[in-house]
Amino acid sequence: MNKTSRACALLLAAALPLSLTACGGSSSENGEVYVYNWGEYIDTDLISQFEKETGIKVIYNTFETNEGLYTKLQTESYDVIIPSDYMIGRMIDEDMLQPLDYSKIPNMELIDEAYTHLEFDPEQAYSVPYTWGVVGVIYNADKVDAADIGSWDLLWNEKYAGETAMFDNSRDALGVALKYLGYSLNTTDEGELRETAQFIMDKKELFQGFFMDQVLEKLPNEELVAAPYYNGDAVTMMEENESLSFYVPKEGTNLFVDAMCIPANAKNVDNAHAFINFMTSAEAALANAEYIGYSSPNNGALALMDEETRNDPISYPSTENTETFLNLPVATNELYTDLWTEILKN
Amino acid sequence: MKKWFAYPYGVWMIVFIVAPILLVVGYAFTDKSGAFTLANFGSVAAYAGIFGRSFLLAAVSTAVCLLMGYPLAYIMSRSGPRLQSIYMTLIMLPMWMNFLLRTYAWMSILENKGFINTFLQKIGFIDLLNRTLVPAMGWEALEYIPLINNSFAVVLGMVYNFLPFMVLPIYTVLIKLDPKIIEAAQDLGAPQSIVFRRVIFPLSLPGVISGITMVFVPAVSTFVISKMLGGGKEMMIGDLIELQFMGNAYNPQIGSAIALVMMLLIFACMAIMNRFDDGRGEEGGLML
Repeated sequence: MNKTSRACALLLAAALPLSLTACGGSSSENGEVYVYNWGEYIDTDLISQFEKETGIKVIYNTFETNEGLYTKLQTESYDVIIPSDYMIGRMIDEDMLQPLDYSKIPNMELIDEAYTHLEFDPEQAYSVPYTWGVVGVIYNADKVDAADIGSWDLLWNEKYAGETAMFDNSRDALGVALKYLGYSLNTTDEGELRETAQFIMDKKELFQGFFMDQVLEKLPNEELVAAPYYNGDAVTMMEENESLSFYVPKEGTNLFVDAMCIPANAKNVDNAHAFINFMTSAEAALANAEYIGYSSPNNGALALMDEETRNDPISYPSTENTETFLNLPVATNELYTDLWTEILKN
Repeated sequence: MKKWFAYPYGVWMIVFIVAPILLVVGYAFTDKSGAFTLANFGSVAAYAGIFGRSFLLAAVSTAVCLLMGYPLAYIMSRSGPRLQSIYMTLIMLPMWMNFLLRTYAWMSILENKGFINTFLQKIGFIDLLNRTLVPAMGWEALEYIPLINNSFAVVLGMVYNFLPFMVLPIYTVLIKLDPKIIEAAQDLGAPQSIVFRRVIFPLSLPGVISGITMVFVPAVSTFVISKMLGGGKEMMIGDLIELQFMGNAYNPQIGSAIALVMMLLIFACMAIMNRFDDGRGEEGGLML
């Protein structure tokens, strides 16, 4: 009895994943596409529209950080992912992406050339730009003197001690301070990075906290008077609280491009191309840009957009004096982790 | 009699508990190329301060939970059945809500312009402080009482979220105490305080120890609470481990080493706790 039942239990355990996949492969006529995107980063109506038009079922999941996406991709397979610039560079370097077949993405011609052939994908072989934006300072114009704006130093201006915040991730936080101190966002110089980390450590007491998405609530609720964040979110927050405004600091800032890619281990490559092409159509890109508030790199969408939005310096800021994150060498990435731990250790 | 029924759990345990722990151990003792190394543990030493703070905050939270939870469990166990079920519902009610939601709610309660501070402002309490205590202490005028983004808020969040895990095991043990034992002590002339100190409390120790375990272990490894209520300015072990996996450098080796050291430290704490129990309690001992 004992032996057979043990065998049964093992068999049961082995069969379990099989039966789950069998259930998962439900009745969509043209298969599926597994999409992995940032949270709150798509107009969800577009997903159902795509499903209706193509008969392809979209299995949609979201991630929080580029690094989270990278870690997840070590063990899972997705068909379309939307990483940012430097992570695309890293994934290309590590053979985690496959070259795109642009004959299946005719809408690629709508993408503005300002956002193609950037340093992270110089041949534009792996990515289709989805959105772009800049990092700047979102501030409450009722609480902050007009004379104090214009530079990153508002964030550590003693007048507003305890009422400003810093990014809660090492690359963005050190990026802000690197720009302020006049260094490149992509520096690998240990001395410059250590000086920058020390700078943040010295100013730490002036910050209310290190926040990411929490600023989306704390700025409109006037818990904070200023915080660094992305212009796309500034647009959304300004709709909630009219006292909020946004500027790009004079010392320069980070220009980011998020782009759609197909991982090397994707299982539904044709469907992935279909999804990317759909999202790149003028109508879909417009609907998406209006929904999520981030700037669109799609000329088709821009042509359909009302002039006010298109010329708005916050929705479509100048890209002058900006720098895009590049993939850093392993040693520098490890130094970032060490410095970040150092900053938050006590 | 039917051992077979335990097999699904056996399989579950091997796949989801034993295998992941072996993976953690495997990562902790290897370097990036997969060769054996102890270097990962060397780098853990640099994080002693973070370990210290996490254990301290968890210990404070556990102590507060015990100080609040024991009397509550005692009063509950002494109440009539109707009142007991009301107490029970009140304790369980918050747990029907999602954990993140509960913590988010605390954020809006504690914020500088949050519920408490707005209320204190409205009733003039902050003005009162500004006229009395503040000049006396030589502080700057207050606009609000800083309740969030500090260790106090982290401890509060942990106590709020973990208190039921302290109350329930103690209550379960207390309710099963044989009233005859207490009566015997009283018959022999022991006053109420001695009955409690020499009879009830020692007999309830297994519940206390389960409660401490069930509060301390999740408290020491929490990271959402410290992020949302602590302002993210000071790291806890949970944040540190997350950073090794989700930070700039994908470093599961050091992350695993930290996790393993933490597991061992918790084991050590539990072993010390177990000595107080010394095998007397047969009931409610949810120990390792």
